[in-house]
Amino acid sequence: MLILECPCCGVMADETELAPGGEAHLKRYGPGSSDEEFEGYLFHRVNPKGVHFERWRHANGCGKWFLAARCTNTLEVFATYSAQTPEPPQHVIDAIAARRPNWSIEA
Amino acid sequence: MSDVSALMGAVAEGRTRVEEAGLAGMITLRGDLASAKLIAAVTGLAGVEMPGQREIKTGDDKAVAWMSRDELLIMVPHEEAEAAVATLSTALAGEHATVANVSDARALFRVEGPHAREAIAKLAPADLHPDSFGPGEMRRTRMAQVPAAIWQSGDDQFSVICFRSVAQYVFDLLALSAKDGSEVGYF
Repeated sequence: MLILECPCCGVMADETELAPGGEAHLKRYGPGSSDEEFEGYLFHRVNPKGVHFERWRHANGCGKWFLAARCTNTLEVFATYSAQTPEPPQHVIDAIAARRPNWSIEA
Repeated sequence: MSDVSALMGAVAEGRTRVEEAGLAGMITLRGDLASAKLIAAVTGLAGVEMPGQREIKTGDDKAVAWMSRDELLIMVPHEEAEAAVATLSTALAGEHATVANVSDARALFRVEGPHAREAIAKLAPADLHPDSFGPGEMRRTRMAQVPAAIWQSGDDQFSVICFRSVAQYVFDLLALSAKDGSEVGYF
């Protein structure tokens, strides 16, 4: 059971209240980009055993999107934060580093 | 506007009573909730304070609930809903906000009795313990398979709002959950 705190309404939301939105912090490649970039944007997703950044929507609650950093292996949640964030903010990276000393963001 | 409510006041009798509360005026207002103009329009219309995050402020016959950081639900008597929409639209002219009369798109239920809290807790993945959830909070969550909004509207009374299209489903759920003999006695 995954429980995430929605940063928009502050509710500790049960997984069944949420809708998953896949990998977070994707950079969109549209018209004018190379075929490789566009293919990567459309199809290439990381699938780590460990720290992962994800998009979630509080579908049965306030309806807002937010981002979560969690471990796919242990289901530990490091932080949830605003969806209007182009890359993981420092406090999230610090929270992960505190629990996973060998982890780096490029992993 | 419709002149009948979703289930025309259906009632499930028992120690914990479930009732479809009939016609209610509901207005969805979306906009910048920090805007002074918007706050003045809402508090002026409803006669209650501006609700903060997840709060519901209740007056004599009106209420304002915080639904998300850019959305309020304003509850007024059914016959006043259209006038209230007009008042708000006028007051918010020029503001980046939308006002929609959703009275006919929602159903309202009252669950009342000694096990009302428990009847709802059986259906929702929300923490409804009295220490965590009490009067003044609007909790949007899931009730079995559909979205619902719940608040405590009396000592032993809870109110539930859902979409009108699933009113029968929610009524059946609540009636079954509140059925005499099904009390767990947890709270």
